[in-house]
Amino acid sequence: MATVERHHMSIGQIISQVWRYGLAIFMALVFVFPFLIMLTTAFKPSGEIFSAPPEFWPRSWTLEHFGTAMTQFPFWRYLSNTLLISVLSVVGTLLASPLVAYSLAKLRWPGRNLVFITVLATMMLPPQVTLIPIYMMWNGLGATNTYIPLIVPAFLGTPFFIFLIRQFLMSIPNELIEAAKMDGASEWRVYWDIVLPIARPALVTSAVFQFVWTWTDFLNPLIYINDDKAYTLSIGLYSFLGSHGVQWGPLMAACVLFTLPAIVIFILGQRYFIGGVAAGALK
Amino acid sequence: MSTFRSQHSGWALFKGLAFASPFLIGFGVLYAWPILASGWYSLTDFSLFKAPRFVGLANYERMLADDKFWKSLYNTLYFTFVGVPVDIAISLAGAHILNMKLRGQALWRALIYLPSIVPVVAAGFLWRWLLNAQYGFVNEIARWFGLAQPNWLADSAWGGVSVLILMLWTVGGTMLIYLAALKDVPVDLYEAAELDGASHWRRFIDITWPMVSPVTLFQIIVLMIAFLQVFTQPFVLSKDPGLTAQSAVGPGDSMLTYSIYLFQNAFMFLKMGYASAMAWVLLFVTLAITLLVLWSAKKWVFYGNR
Repeated sequence: MATVERHHMSIGQIISQVWRYGLAIFMALVFVFPFLIMLTTAFKPSGEIFSAPPEFWPRSWTLEHFGTAMTQFPFWRYLSNTLLISVLSVVGTLLASPLVAYSLAKLRWPGRNLVFITVLATMMLPPQVTLIPIYMMWNGLGATNTYIPLIVPAFLGTPFFIFLIRQFLMSIPNELIEAAKMDGASEWRVYWDIVLPIARPALVTSAVFQFVWTWTDFLNPLIYINDDKAYTLSIGLYSFLGSHGVQWGPLMAACVLFTLPAIVIFILGQRYFIGGVAAGALK
Repeated sequence: MSTFRSQHSGWALFKGLAFASPFLIGFGVLYAWPILASGWYSLTDFSLFKAPRFVGLANYERMLADDKFWKSLYNTLYFTFVGVPVDIAISLAGAHILNMKLRGQALWRALIYLPSIVPVVAAGFLWRWLLNAQYGFVNEIARWFGLAQPNWLADSAWGGVSVLILMLWTVGGTMLIYLAALKDVPVDLYEAAELDGASHWRRFIDITWPMVSPVTLFQIIVLMIAFLQVFTQPFVLSKDPGLTAQSAVGPGDSMLTYSIYLFQNAFMFLKMGYASAMAWVLLFVTLAITLLVLWSAKKWVFYGNR
């Protein structure tokens, strides 16, 4: 039936189809073109990069900039630093935020609403207000120049993820939880064996967000990390390759390598992720 | 036995608090105490190496006479009041395009969202290259269309526009939320309007805009907060972001945002009392604009039929 219809498209249908795809392709190009420039510049020989007018497609391809980028600054060290911080932040988020969300969505206790309102209020607070006292606190504890200030907050629950997961948990029927408790399951069993598996889409969304945010974070490492051995990729790229006399080839090659892991995580989680972005806003 | 215990309010309170404990600790350590401390710091003369000394409202008074403070506030409000409406308009238009019958929805969405996962530092460098007056593609494309080809990053009239372009490259997130909202609008509303012979534009004004208006309100508030705090984009676009008090952030300080100036005061000039006072002003500016938006929402947000 469907194939029959496809073979008999009217001129009007064809025009409307060309118009629809034309518009969509144009829009996608506007978004993706800059990214393609990052890629092609990274693979262009130095001599071709500076051509006026600029040319999009490289006449010949080279890997030299990737080698240069890695010798100009300790790329692998910064990559592993950034990976360590990102993974530990994700672990913290997955341990802490669902616990709090469960308490706010499914447990009944006096003061619960007050805590929920507090979560919402902290989401609105500009981080600049708490920035200096928190810095003074870590400085007083001798934790500057360590990753502690970058990782510990995730283990204390992030208001945005608490909210996102709580909204998701609200849709789990209470009967399901009550039934499990009738069968003698403890609160922890209910949480661990029943609620968490159902909450997977919200958890994956939170994990992907947390990973990408930590991976790309600039301000926090800039404030807390002074020792150039401990730099993250953001700070390393900024201070080594972005300073005077920028070499665009190696810089773009490093940017490609920096972006790639974020894209991989995004693709792995995207089935849940894109739905999660929208669900958090609409509920 | 266990049902009896779970109904007991003391036990329920204990469980609730126990599950919520990470946030309760986090709230104390990362929010409640720092807010109080920041309020106190804002009334003091204070650096990393010197204990706070009470100076009353002197920090707030000094802001009034600080040209850089006003410049940074002006730039930030300019980015916000231009950037947020443009972001909303582009997102809504783009969501309509993606909402047409297209195959490969997942691919289109991924392409639109791609810029949002490029690390901001990488995106900043990329756009410094794209906006390069001689070798950049932006001016090359402007040349095809016979448009002006400014020296984006060196001309104070275009520095702010460059920051806006970089920020608007990541409208994909807003667009995807709008796309989900569009899919939620009941189809029969459009069918009824179509029978009445309503034009595309009328259908948008009478159906789509009111139906997505609660989402629009949400997006305006989220975007506004993000724009008021913008830091990394101008920091990377401006070549040497004011490592000394004298050097400018972007041509003619056109990229000096509020957060950058606050950061400079706190961590470069070590005027932490002054920076704390600036943070409180930012909080009140954010609150004032949020309340203004919420107040205006009564006039344009439609909550019927939901």
